[in-house]
Amino acid sequence: MARPDRKGTPLYEVDNLHLSLPDMTAKPLIGAAPRIEILRGLSFTVPRGAVMGIVGGSGSGKSTLGRALLRLLEPTGGNIRFDGHDITHLPETRLRGLRHRVQMIFQDPMSSLNPRRRVGGIIAGPLRRHGFDRVEARVAEALDHVGLPRDFARRFPHELSGGQRQRVGIARAIALSPDFILADEIVSGLDVSSQAQVLNLLERLVGELGVTLAFISHDLSVIRRLCSHVIVMHRGEIVENAPTAQLFEAPQAAYTRALLDAIPLPDPDQPGW
Amino acid sequence: MRDGRGQIRRRAGLRLWLSGGWLALVLFGAVFAPWVAPQDPLMQDLFTSRLPPFWMEGAEPGYWLGTDNLGRDVLSRILHGARIALIVAVSAGAATCLIGATLGLIAGYFRGMADIVISRLVDIWMAFPPVLFAILLIAVLGTGLTSIIVAIVVIDWTRFARVVRAEAMNQGAMDYVASAQVAGYSRLRTMLVEILPNVLPTIGALLTLEMGISVIVEAILSFVNLSIPTDDPTWGGMIAEGRQAIHQSWWVLVFPLVTLFLTVLSFSQLGEGLKDRFDPVLR
Amino acid sequence: MSAYLEIRNLSAVVRGTGERLLRGVSIALEAGHVTGLVGESGAGKSMIGKAVLGILPTAVEVVEGEILLDGQDLLRMPPDRRRRLIGATAALIPQDPLTALNPSHRVGPQITDRLVDILGWSRADAEARAQALLDEVHIAEPARVMKSYPHELSGGMRQRILIAAAFAAEPRLIVADEPTTALDVTVQKQILRLIAEMQARHGTAMLFVTHDLGVVSKICQDLAVLYAGKVVEQAAMRDFFRAPAHPYSRALLAATPQYTDPTGSLRPVERDVLDTVEAEIAADDREWRNGQAGP
Repeated sequence: MARPDRKGTPLYEVDNLHLSLPDMTAKPLIGAAPRIEILRGLSFTVPRGAVMGIVGGSGSGKSTLGRALLRLLEPTGGNIRFDGHDITHLPETRLRGLRHRVQMIFQDPMSSLNPRRRVGGIIAGPLRRHGFDRVEARVAEALDHVGLPRDFARRFPHELSGGQRQRVGIARAIALSPDFILADEIVSGLDVSSQAQVLNLLERLVGELGVTLAFISHDLSVIRRLCSHVIVMHRGEIVENAPTAQLFEAPQAAYTRALLDAIPLPDPDQPGW
Repeated sequence: MRDGRGQIRRRAGLRLWLSGGWLALVLFGAVFAPWVAPQDPLMQDLFTSRLPPFWMEGAEPGYWLGTDNLGRDVLSRILHGARIALIVAVSAGAATCLIGATLGLIAGYFRGMADIVISRLVDIWMAFPPVLFAILLIAVLGTGLTSIIVAIVVIDWTRFARVVRAEAMNQGAMDYVASAQVAGYSRLRTMLVEILPNVLPTIGALLTLEMGISVIVEAILSFVNLSIPTDDPTWGGMIAEGRQAIHQSWWVLVFPLVTLFLTVLSFSQLGEGLKDRFDPVLR
Repeated sequence: MSAYLEIRNLSAVVRGTGERLLRGVSIALEAGHVTGLVGESGAGKSMIGKAVLGILPTAVEVVEGEILLDGQDLLRMPPDRRRRLIGATAALIPQDPLTALNPSHRVGPQITDRLVDILGWSRADAEARAQALLDEVHIAEPARVMKSYPHELSGGMRQRILIAAAFAAEPRLIVADEPTTALDVTVQKQILRLIAEMQARHGTAMLFVTHDLGVVSKICQDLAVLYAGKVVEQAAMRDFFRAPAHPYSRALLAATPQYTDPTGSLRPVERDVLDTVEAEIAADDREWRNGQAGP
C-alpha cells in the first residue's frame, strides 16, 4: 500500500460549496418544488492524511456535506476538487473511475450489509467490480486489518454482533486501499464498550494505511479522541474550522462553546450544570 | 429539516383529482342512469343494430357509442351497468373491510391467542384457489347480486386481515400506546382510540383497492354468466357479448372494457392519493 | 427508612425458551428520589421500568419477585386494580418524542384525556391544568400548542409536552426511559434541567433509565449498574463517581466518552472484566436453576 508521500498537501479543496434540494412536501400541483438550502457556501481543505471531524446537530447539513464530498449528491454551486480534479459536476460515467479511491462507512451496519450475502462476498463485491486482482487475498488482509478472524468470511451479517458488523463495514472500505474514507456517525448506534473498540481500530488503521478520513459525528468527545481537525457545522454553515487541540482549548464560535457546555460529563460537579 | 416538513399541508395531487373525477362521473351516471341514458338499455331494434360510434360513418344521432347486434345502445347499457358495478363495489368493499380490518386489528394489537387463531385461519383460508372458491360458492348460493357480494367478502377478507394486522403491530410498538396503558386505559379503548386512527389511512387505501377488485370480480362472474340472472346490463356481460362480435362491431367490446379499466384504476389511485393527503405522518 | 418503590428479587424470562432477562433484581427507591438504571443495550434496564408499569411485552414473563409500590405488591394484585393504581400514581416519560405522541390526535387531548377519563376531573379543570403545565415546561403559547398535531412541533417541543403530560396527574412515581437519547446535546441539556426542575418541584420519585453515565451524574441521587439483567453495583451517585466498586462499573466509566480527558476515556472494556461478570452471572444462574428444581 505504498503511495507517494505527499502528506499534508490538500486531498480535497472545497470552495464556496452550495447545495439545495427540492422540497417535495411543498411541491405545487404544476411546476417545480421550492428548494431548501442545505449547504450555504462552505470553503475548506482536507489535507492528505488528516482525520477531519465534522460535527453538528441534527439538520446541520453534516451528512449532506459528506455525501457531496463523495459526489453522491451534486452541488448546486461552488466547486469541489479531489486530488486536483474538479469533480463538482463530473458525470456518473467519469466518476466511476474515481469511485474506488473514495469509500464510505455507514451509520447502520445492519442495513448497509446485504443480509443474504456472506461477509467474504460483501468485502469482495467492490473489489471485483473495480477489477482488482488477488481478491481472496485482499479480503483476508482486510479482515486481518480490522481484527476479525479470517473464517468470518463465511458468516452472514446476522450472525455477528453490532461491533463486529461495523468492522465488516470498515473492512469493505479499506479493502480497496482508498485515498479517502467517509465515516458517517459510525459509532453512534453502538454501546460505549464497542464504540471504544471501533475508535481504537480506526485510529490504528489511519496510522497504518495512511488513509485520509472524514469522521461525521454529533459527539465532540469522540471527535476529540480521533480527529486531527474539526469542522463545526450549524444550519448549513461552517461556524468553526480548527485543529482539534485548538478547538477544545479555546473554542472561538459561540455555537461551539454551547455544544461543549451541553455535553454531560460523567462528573457530578461539572461546572455549568 | 424534520421540523419544517410537517408544517406544509400537502396539496391534493393530480391523481387524486383525475381518479376522483372519473369516479364521480361514473357515480353520477349510475345514480341518474334512467334520466341521462339516451335510450332504454334493454330495447332491441334490429333496424338500428351494429351502429358505429358517433364519429364514424353510418352513425345515428342519439347512439353516441354505437349499438350491439340486437340494436341496444352501448352508452345506455354502460350507464345502467355502472349501477350494478357500484353496488357491488361499495357493499362488497365495505363488508370485506369491516370483517377483515376488525379481525386484523384484534390479531395485531392483542397478539397472543387471538392472533394465533386469526392468523392460522387466514393461512388456511388463503390456501383455497380464489376463483374456484367463488364459482363454487355461487354454485351453492345460486346466482344473484347478494351471492356475488357474499362470494367477494368470503374470499377477500384475508387481504384486509393480513395488512391491518401488520400495521396494528407496528403501531402497537409505539411509545404512545405504552403511555396509554400506563395511564390506565383499557386495552379495547387503546385499540380503538390510539391504534385505529393511525391504521385508518392504510384501511382507506385497501378499501378503495378492494372496491376496484370487486368491480373486476363482478365482471369476471358476469363474463362466465355466473352473475345476476336478469337481463339487466352488466359490464362483464357486455364484454362477453362484445367478444362474440369483435370483428363486426369492436365498440361493443371496447367501450365497456375501457370503462371497467378506468374505474378499477381510479379506485386504486384514489386510495393512494387519499393516503398521501390524509396520513398525519408523511412517510 | 421505608422505600416508596421496592423491587425485590425480580426475575423475568422469555416465555417458552426460559432465557433469563432479569436476574433477581432488587432496587429500592425512596419517595422524591431519582434512581438511575444504567447499562448497555440488553442489560435489562428498560425491562425493569416496564415491569413496574405493567407494560412488559407479551413474550416476557415475570417468574419470581415482588414489586412493592407504597407497600402493596403489584404482581399479586388483580390486573384491573393494578392498572387503576398505576394509572393514578405513576407515569412514563418515553424515549422517542417522535413515536410517543399519537400522530392522529391533537396535543391537548393527549394530556387532558387521562385526567378526565381515568381520574374523573372536569374537562375545564383538565384544560386549565394542561395549560399551566405547558407553561411550567416553558412552552410559549400553550393554548396554540394544545391545538396542534404532534408533527407540527419540533423534537424538543414534543419532549417538553411529554414531560408536561407525565406530571399532569401529580404522579408519585415516574419512569423515564432514555428520555433524552434521541435529542441533540444542546436540547438534551435543556430537557435534563427541565426534568430535574419538575422532579424537585413536584417531589416525584423517579426511575431514570439511561445508557449514559454522564446523564446519570446530572440528575440521579442513586444508581444501579446492570449487566445482562443483573444489578452488579448499587450506590449513591456521588460515592459511585468517586470510587466505583465493581470492576465492570469501573470499565464502563472508563469507556464513557469525555472530551476533557481524551486519553483516559473511551477505553474498551477489557476481556477479563467481562469474564469476571460473566462468571458471576453463570454462578448466579446455577444457583437459581437449583432453587427452581428443588421443592
